[in-house]
Amino acid sequence: MSERGAPLLSARGISKSFAGVSVLRDVDLDLEKGEIHALLGENGAGKSTFAKILAGVHRPTRGTLRLNGEPVDVSSPLAAQKLGITLIHQEPISFPDLSVAENLVLGHAEGGWFSRVPWSQMTSEARRQMDLLGVDIDVTRPMRGLSIADQQMVEIGRALSSDSRLIIMDEPTAPLTPKEVDTLFGIVRRLRDEGRTIIFISHRLEEVQALCDRVTIFRDGNRISTDAIDKLDNADIIRLMIGRPLKEYMHKHNASIGDVALEVDGLTLPGRFQDVSFAVRRGEIVGLGGLVGAGRTDVACAIFGIQPAESGTVKVDGKPADIREPGDAIALGLAFVPEDRAQAGLFRTLSVEQNITAAIPRKIAPRGIIRRAVERVFAAESVQKLRIRLASINQPIGELSGGNQQKAILARWLLSDPRILVLDEPTRGIDIGVKAEFYDIIGELAAQGRAILLISSELPELLALCDRVLVMAEGRLTAEIPRAEATQEKIMRAAVPRAQIAEAAA
Amino acid sequence: MNVIRGILLRREAGIAAMIVLVCVAVGLYKPQFLTLNQLRVILLLVPLIMIVAMGQMLVLVARHVDLSVGSILGFSAMITGMMFRDMPDIPWGLGFIVAIGTGALLGLVNGALVTVFKLPAIIVTLGTLNLYRGLTFIVSNARQVDRQFVPSELKAMSQTSPIFGIPWIIFMALGVILLAYWFTRHTQAGRQVFALGSNPSAAALRGVKVNQITLLVFTISGALSGLAGIMYASRWGFVNPSNTGAGFEFQVIAAVVIGGVSINGGVGTVSGVTLGVLLLGCVAAALPLLGIPGTAQGAIYGAIILVALIIDRSVRQHGFASLRWRRA
Repeated sequence: MSERGAPLLSARGISKSFAGVSVLRDVDLDLEKGEIHALLGENGAGKSTFAKILAGVHRPTRGTLRLNGEPVDVSSPLAAQKLGITLIHQEPISFPDLSVAENLVLGHAEGGWFSRVPWSQMTSEARRQMDLLGVDIDVTRPMRGLSIADQQMVEIGRALSSDSRLIIMDEPTAPLTPKEVDTLFGIVRRLRDEGRTIIFISHRLEEVQALCDRVTIFRDGNRISTDAIDKLDNADIIRLMIGRPLKEYMHKHNASIGDVALEVDGLTLPGRFQDVSFAVRRGEIVGLGGLVGAGRTDVACAIFGIQPAESGTVKVDGKPADIREPGDAIALGLAFVPEDRAQAGLFRTLSVEQNITAAIPRKIAPRGIIRRAVERVFAAESVQKLRIRLASINQPIGELSGGNQQKAILARWLLSDPRILVLDEPTRGIDIGVKAEFYDIIGELAAQGRAILLISSELPELLALCDRVLVMAEGRLTAEIPRAEATQEKIMRAAVPRAQIAEAAA
Repeated sequence: MNVIRGILLRREAGIAAMIVLVCVAVGLYKPQFLTLNQLRVILLLVPLIMIVAMGQMLVLVARHVDLSVGSILGFSAMITGMMFRDMPDIPWGLGFIVAIGTGALLGLVNGALVTVFKLPAIIVTLGTLNLYRGLTFIVSNARQVDRQFVPSELKAMSQTSPIFGIPWIIFMALGVILLAYWFTRHTQAGRQVFALGSNPSAAALRGVKVNQITLLVFTISGALSGLAGIMYASRWGFVNPSNTGAGFEFQVIAAVVIGGVSINGGVGTVSGVTLGVLLLGCVAAALPLLGIPGTAQGAIYGAIILVALIIDRSVRQHGFASLRWRRA
């Protein structure tokens, strides 16, 4: 990125509207050869739409694209691929029943319908491709069953086998473990050094700082700025993304802390977690940190009766509670907002309104007949209170952005007025502006005297919100850190399994 | 060791084991089941199902379904039979072209309804199941084409043999099996059928011509049903507007599902379907020997489909090795 040659791709005046709603306005952007270029912005800022236009998934309403100085018409993903542009989705789009090798070649090098499939040549080519990437994947295996990281590698291999000059990665690291992220970054850097251009879309600023050469920030469909990454620090980036300083969001709440609302003692489910004991008081936000797979979600599921523990006790408001199924937990005033939105009971095709009121059938339908007016009032109040952004309350919830879907689910649970709230990664996949709103909401809920158990993998989130942070590793509680003493290092140290520490020391 | 394990884990091994099990169980009870004559009965029972099943397999792999195969069979057989009756002088071999062409056309109509109007195949073909059957009555004035009008050369195909006393129609079914194998395994279009069924949205993004492939599988299914139509005339010597091909879709779908083709698309093998058809043939041949009335056959097929689906589901859940033979 020192000398600046002719750009690989220049976009001029790219605009896009969906059904009359403008989502991208007059975007100009030059992508250099051999750079890793980050696109940042909140969800809905237009960065993904822009990327999809480059990849031929969407067509721009206005504007032109030039590739190596030549005007090009990227009319379809296939056309993009032929031009050497590949989009790698967060969850790779693949054919689960076809082999890795077939997944690699499908889409290019096709002959006519009845031309032969060159199996052995295809297999050896696929092997060569995987070797070049330095990954060990059996190319004869079906795609189903490969880890997401491996599936991404196959996608990258596919981009390379069609010799893509521009590779667009849409939040590739979200589903990966830290080690897999390292591997991915190594490969991305190598691709850059080969002179390819990589567009990297991510919400994780530290990753952008570590990996990218330049960064372009989108806000409300406009390109706000394009700079070399070393000219910006995180605070600058956040300010540019949300259009105001972050400080006003990150405030800490000071609710008055009351009696113990939820107490678990010696909770054990063999193979998942052992001897977990803690208490959460009214008005208190207790964080539950740890690595993915440490057993945090299992504990939450056990408390909520989804998969009860084998031994140990749960007390609610000081009284022993026998929770065998979620209905018992709900009756005791518990609510659990799971991480996976689909599992959270999102009825994708039903309206936002019906989704919000789904947990309070008694209130909206006292004698089994739904009273529409009542339902409407409840839903409208929630939408206002949680600032859910939508076109209409009758819109299918699947059309909302991830953050707003998450808010609607939270709204549903709040309508049942729970006294104890278990939130599992409530802000995963949500952009920074909405995240801040979520923090406000969670703080308010605690201030109202609710007890909150917050499972989160994001250390800043735990530090900003929680009165205490519990840490789990390999199914056991390994630390309990009061807010005053909590630091990222302390939490991480408790979260890393003992065996790995020993390994690192050795 | 791994090779043996791999073979045992394959779906085909399970079906083959079932065939052996059925034959041994029935043979112990009624020893005449295990005679050469009985083998002949089974082999004469299955060619029609086999041919139609190969087309149905492609449709299911593409994540669609073709319920109209029995009616396409009936209509094609009727058109061909009427041609023989009303134009006795034309060469009998022309019947194959007419039957296959008629079937292909009706299949194309199915495919067009599915692609142009974006209708679910199960509804489209449920409609054409009745539509084509009704048309068969209309064109034939509800009259049967009797034995004397079916060319004797055609009838002979089900009795005479080029070699080993195996009738011609069995060789034709074999030919279709080989063609289906070649298509699924060795052609770009075949692979695109699997891609389409495995993940339709990805297929579109990767440049698979989704509509064309959909039209192709329905047309193939129709054409093979048409071929089975003229073979029906050969095998039974008559064409009846209400009986010919009626309820055939159930036997065919049962055989294909038994053969390990996933109703969720993307998964299926020619060898699995072949064995599935043979298993169904064995069961069908055993029923009369066991004194089970023909009227109960529908119930048996229904039960078999459900059992096959349950097995399919549990195999998937326990994450057995790939059910597909494709080893790239």
